[in-house]
Amino acid sequence: MDTIDPFFFQLAIFVLAIFVGYFVVWSVTPALHTPLMSVTNAISSVIVVGALLAVGVHLAADGNWISKAFGFIALVFASVNIFGGFLVTQRMLAMYKKKG
Amino acid sequence: MISANIAALLYLVSGALFILALRGLSNPRSARQGNLFGMIGMGIAIVTTLAVAAPSDWLSWLLIIGGLGIGGGIGAYMARTVKMTDMPQLVAAFHSLVGLAAVFVAAAALYAPAAFNIAHVDPATGHVGPIHMQALIEMSLGVAIGAFTFTGSVIAFAKLNGNMSGKPIILPARHAIHIIIGVALIGLVWALTATGDPLYFWLITILALVLGGLMIIPIGGADMPVVVSMLNSYSGWAAAGIGFTLGNTALIITGALVGSSGAILSYIMCKAMNRSFISVILGGFGGDSGTAAAAGEDERPVKQGAAEDAAFLMKNAGKVIIVPGYGMAVAQAQHALREMADLLKQEGVTVKYAIHPVAGRMPGHMNVLLAEANVPYDEVFELEDINSEFAQSDVAFVIGANDVTNPSAKTDKTSPIYGMPVLNVEDAGTVLFIKRGMAAGYAGVQNELFYRDNTMMLFGDAKKMTEEIVKALGH
Repeated sequence: MDTIDPFFFQLAIFVLAIFVGYFVVWSVTPALHTPLMSVTNAISSVIVVGALLAVGVHLAADGNWISKAFGFIALVFASVNIFGGFLVTQRMLAMYKKKG
Repeated sequence: MISANIAALLYLVSGALFILALRGLSNPRSARQGNLFGMIGMGIAIVTTLAVAAPSDWLSWLLIIGGLGIGGGIGAYMARTVKMTDMPQLVAAFHSLVGLAAVFVAAAALYAPAAFNIAHVDPATGHVGPIHMQALIEMSLGVAIGAFTFTGSVIAFAKLNGNMSGKPIILPARHAIHIIIGVALIGLVWALTATGDPLYFWLITILALVLGGLMIIPIGGADMPVVVSMLNSYSGWAAAGIGFTLGNTALIITGALVGSSGAILSYIMCKAMNRSFISVILGGFGGDSGTAAAAGEDERPVKQGAAEDAAFLMKNAGKVIIVPGYGMAVAQAQHALREMADLLKQEGVTVKYAIHPVAGRMPGHMNVLLAEANVPYDEVFELEDINSEFAQSDVAFVIGANDVTNPSAKTDKTSPIYGMPVLNVEDAGTVLFIKRGMAAGYAGVQNELFYRDNTMMLFGDAKKMTEEIVKALGH
């Protein structure tokens, strides 16, 4: 038998995560839909892992300053989102208070 | 240095924490903890990446710390200073950054395939072979969706922020142009995977940038809640595309979560406006096409009242339901409104808030605005939970809302908003309607509620009128 390409394991994770997302998001109370959007913004910036890899390329070995530059730009953008997204979500959530 | 297997495990943990972050939002009480899980997940992902692929030179570390610091500083500043009314713009701006980050990460991978493990490296000579075809497909999808998200979000930002008219801008033959660009994109993705030539990569980027702008320009301001949600979804799919390229579980899981989250929010928004997703995308709604309102109707008499009348009515009511709309936020009347509600509660009146899903400029926007004004969240109800209660309430107090209260959405088949779920305010004993003048609502439709016998119009600025009512209640 052939070995299975790792892509298919990734695809399986992807498809199952879509289902998880579907059920989790439907259970979010409509009152928190704005914080939902800001926090999804923050977490989708985990794309920063790609930026970090690119910034860390070894110039001598990989010989590529273009990647380093692109990685740095991506890193700045993703960082804006990470800090901005989580902090603004926190700020909003702190406002939600019960009667009392 | 940690092994790749340990790293994969840690990425999985961070993906799971992101799921818990969203899960926490099912209730305002657990939401803050959820947000904390999200932050921990992000921290784990960053530290893991730095541990598994630790840069060996000081320049890289300097850039990493600098990049995190610069971006983090800007982000923190934005988060701290943004006004809650401007939240839709901020979210649109953040979407554009995710899109752009996806484009740059893909570009970086294209020029340094070895660092991203997407090309075969000869162990003996260190020669880097061509990028795997599969990686090229994933990358081109990621970059196309990312670029599209970027310009789309920039246009959405400009429309929401008022830098650009909220009116739909209709270009001739736009559907044909979109289709041609779409087909060209598919051709270029094929060309890139076949040749691996960076030229095709940049052509894909440029075309997707153009398409993103062209697709959002014809969509009117009224549909922006759908657009913002849709772009949320796209930013997720872009992230997932890059996640496949990197083989990173955290990124794949997050991309799927965000993608489905945005899709569900778009669906909820479309349903709340009774619009099909396709018709929103095709654009053109929310201009001056409000021809359905017959001009002759405008001459019917309306009952007009003063702040004192409103105060008297509500003071003697058993139950008042407040229906806030975006106009309330524009007039910054939410604090005066809460003061009014507090005074009424002191008089023994039951006060509740009814929120239509499209009451703000993005999903859940109105809830945030009320929360900011210290309105307790357990007094705020969604349309389907409170609609039957209007019949048992004495006063419906409509402030800054219009189309979402229009009864013709239920009866008039010729109305552009026919079929849209609306709040049954007309069932209340008296409807108090604060409005500047008799102008039509956002959808350009005349509201027949104004001419009802049980409606009293309170003409004036929402904030001033509410303050006057507060004053009158004080006596």
